[in-house]
Amino acid sequence: MKKELSSLLRREFRFLARPLNLWSRLLLLVAAATIVTSLFYPLWKMHLVAPQYSDGLDLFIYSYKIVGGGLNGQHLVEINNLNHYIGMAPILQADFLEMRWMPFMFGLITLLILRSVVFGQMGNVVDLFIIYCYFGLFSIGSFWYRLYQYGHNLDPRAPMHIKPFTPLLLGSKQIANFRESSYPELGAYLLCFSVLLIVLAGWFSRKETTR
Amino acid sequence: MKTRNIHLIALGIVATTSLISCGKQSSTSTGDRTANALESYVAPGEKDEYYLFYSGGHSGQVFVAGIPSMRHITTIPVFSPYSGSGYGYDEESKKMLGEFTWGDVHHPALSQTDSMYDGRWLFVNDNSNNRIARIDLRDFKTHQILGPLPNSSGSHASSFVTENTEYLFVATRFSIPFPKGRVADPKDYEKEFNSALSGIKVDPKTGEMNLAFQIAVPPIDFDLASTGKGPSSGWLFFTSYNTEMGHDLFEVNSTQKDRDLCPIVNWKAAVHAVADGKATPMAGVPVLDPAKVPGVLYYVAIGKSPHGMDVDPSGQWIVAGGKLQPSTTVLNFEKIKAAIEKKDFDGDFRGVPILKYESVVEGEVPVGLGPLHTQYDGKGNAYTSMFIDSNITKWKLPPWSDDEKKDLNKVVLDKVPCHFSTGHLVVAGSDTKKPYGKWLVAMNKLSAGRHINVGPAQPESSQLIDISGEKMKMVAEAYTEPEPHFAQILKVSEIQPVEVYPKEENKDPNAVWDKKDTGVTRTGTDVTAKVIAIRSRFAPDRIDAQVGDTLTVHVTNIEQTRDMIHGFAVNEHNMNVVIDPGETKTFKIKLTKSGVYPFYCTNFCSALHQEMQGYLVVSNAGQPLPGAVYGNPAPAVTPAAAPAATAGQ
Repeated sequence: MKKELSSLLRREFRFLARPLNLWSRLLLLVAAATIVTSLFYPLWKMHLVAPQYSDGLDLFIYSYKIVGGGLNGQHLVEINNLNHYIGMAPILQADFLEMRWMPFMFGLITLLILRSVVFGQMGNVVDLFIIYCYFGLFSIGSFWYRLYQYGHNLDPRAPMHIKPFTPLLLGSKQIANFRESSYPELGAYLLCFSVLLIVLAGWFSRKETTR
Repeated sequence: MKTRNIHLIALGIVATTSLISCGKQSSTSTGDRTANALESYVAPGEKDEYYLFYSGGHSGQVFVAGIPSMRHITTIPVFSPYSGSGYGYDEESKKMLGEFTWGDVHHPALSQTDSMYDGRWLFVNDNSNNRIARIDLRDFKTHQILGPLPNSSGSHASSFVTENTEYLFVATRFSIPFPKGRVADPKDYEKEFNSALSGIKVDPKTGEMNLAFQIAVPPIDFDLASTGKGPSSGWLFFTSYNTEMGHDLFEVNSTQKDRDLCPIVNWKAAVHAVADGKATPMAGVPVLDPAKVPGVLYYVAIGKSPHGMDVDPSGQWIVAGGKLQPSTTVLNFEKIKAAIEKKDFDGDFRGVPILKYESVVEGEVPVGLGPLHTQYDGKGNAYTSMFIDSNITKWKLPPWSDDEKKDLNKVVLDKVPCHFSTGHLVVAGSDTKKPYGKWLVAMNKLSAGRHINVGPAQPESSQLIDISGEKMKMVAEAYTEPEPHFAQILKVSEIQPVEVYPKEENKDPNAVWDKKDTGVTRTGTDVTAKVIAIRSRFAPDRIDAQVGDTLTVHVTNIEQTRDMIHGFAVNEHNMNVVIDPGETKTFKIKLTKSGVYPFYCTNFCSALHQEMQGYLVVSNAGQPLPGAVYGNPAPAVTPAAAPAATAGQ
């Protein structure tokens, strides 16, 4: 039984020890470049439309900053201004801890990718994939919790009382006079693409053997 | 030669019959109605294609409407206070208005570059107080009022801009003894009275206007003007109507001659003459005597009591509306130039040569009764407003064929009745070298019951006419408050006005943008409050002061969102300022009565607009409320110690 188990895992060990071929290493380099590029684009966009704001108010979320749409990011000021009527705390970049550690994590992952390119082992790619996915899901969860807090810690002395709510992370819904739509932006698509590239890097070297 | 009486009889008959016959009927068929309605229809949410800047006459304002809808969009206060936008209540606009509370806006002029509208400024005159104002089209607000101009009274022939807005020219409809303030008997009118043509320099960057020079002229009363372009570049053309130099019973005494002397001015030569020191200062202004500076001024005698004087887009044809004769007079600038070169004169008037009429005139076009103003479509057609006949007459500019010259009735192409007695008219872009054409607006002096009955004070009527076809087509009509005299039409796409004042452009030293910088301070009896306004609150919302204090409030609207306008009204203190997003306004109130006076936002801003308020607490002198938070009267707080006074918040 023990022998069978170890022989069963040997296959996996062998798989993890497989070297990466040139194609896989190139794909990993492209993935690193994609992650770096994604930093320049917003990850997420929240779009709010009301009768008085027919062109909509936009919030763009980057890994390290929040930017309002309009001239000089005026939409963020406007959203905060409107939110004070329902007692929602102002959305301030400084309050988003994520925006401190996310750029750090993207740097770390880029370094891990470069490490995989140099070390060239399937095991590195698997590590990379798992850490990256964990980081991604954790970020989304953390961000969702942030939204939950904004929508639930409402000042009881605010002029208007509304039922606590969680602003939508994905999709579209009506909140009072606003239609809120929240969807990923180019940055997030680039990150998904980089995950795909990492998976493909593993796939192309799945049958490689050491010479 | 005297045909005046016949015209006056005709005037009476025509005016009466036109009013009777046109009172109720509509000449448009049902099919035309639908087509016309579609032409001027701007669906909800859609925008007009042109701005129409109407002068507001004795309302002292400028009205902005849209074409083709003819909807009134906004009012720009210029010479009269306007509580709707808080104009004339804050210190800055109060200072601009000076001692006057009204003006008589007659002729708006858009700034030009290379004889085309450049969309920067709109200049308007004040016929009553001899002023001229500049509206900036970046924010549609009045930014400067110049005047009263010295040595002149009644700046009617104004404002007319040169090809690159180097100068604005002004001539007056009244004559007075010079300098202003000197008393002379009107019986000695010819000897003692004078008029002036004024050249106002416009700063090419800021638009700042300054009176640069004047040309003293005899008291012959000027009506309107036009600036040259193309071949007539550097020249100006005025009409006058009192060559008789009558001074009483004007209606009769100024209308005895068949022709009136109209000045033709080489303004560039005048500028050079002033630079060469040929002017004599009077009331601080360099004044030229045209008899002593040859080449600056010429006259041409034009029939009869001519009103408008309009240069066509090519710059070659100048058309005078012969108010009291049944024709317009077309002058040919090429002939004017030749006559000046050849000294083809017909005597002089007080030392200034009179050009021989036959040598400069191209023809008198029999357009009908009461021709006032002429506008152009840039396609060789002229459109003249007929006050007495109450219509717009379309006719063909020269060059004319020999056949046409023999009978100029042949160049009169079309007439469209207007309701009633058209004064001014405007064709989109007529005073540029390339008119937009397409639309003509007739501004009628009498509406005479065309509208729903609003009692004896009747509005003015404006009618939109499509001139794109061979025949003119009446499309829509609208009513305005008194009283458009002239208008300018600008394509909407040519300007991009701001919708908020960007925060970084607010240079007001008293602007505050954060609650922590607001507060009330006191120096002696001067109490100063720095306040912010934002949906839906003022900070601070309590101001304490005492009877005898002068309260100065600097209020900044810290919004940067369009249409988030706040007002600041103080009850029973005759005060309402309106602050646009990003703007700071300052007002002062002398506090003379004790009490607690609410202040509140007057411009509806938000769901909690009604709650946007505060209190001005005015205690009796020396008896502050024990709990007074702001501006404690004793001990006197110096500005340096000011933060202490705000610590209470």
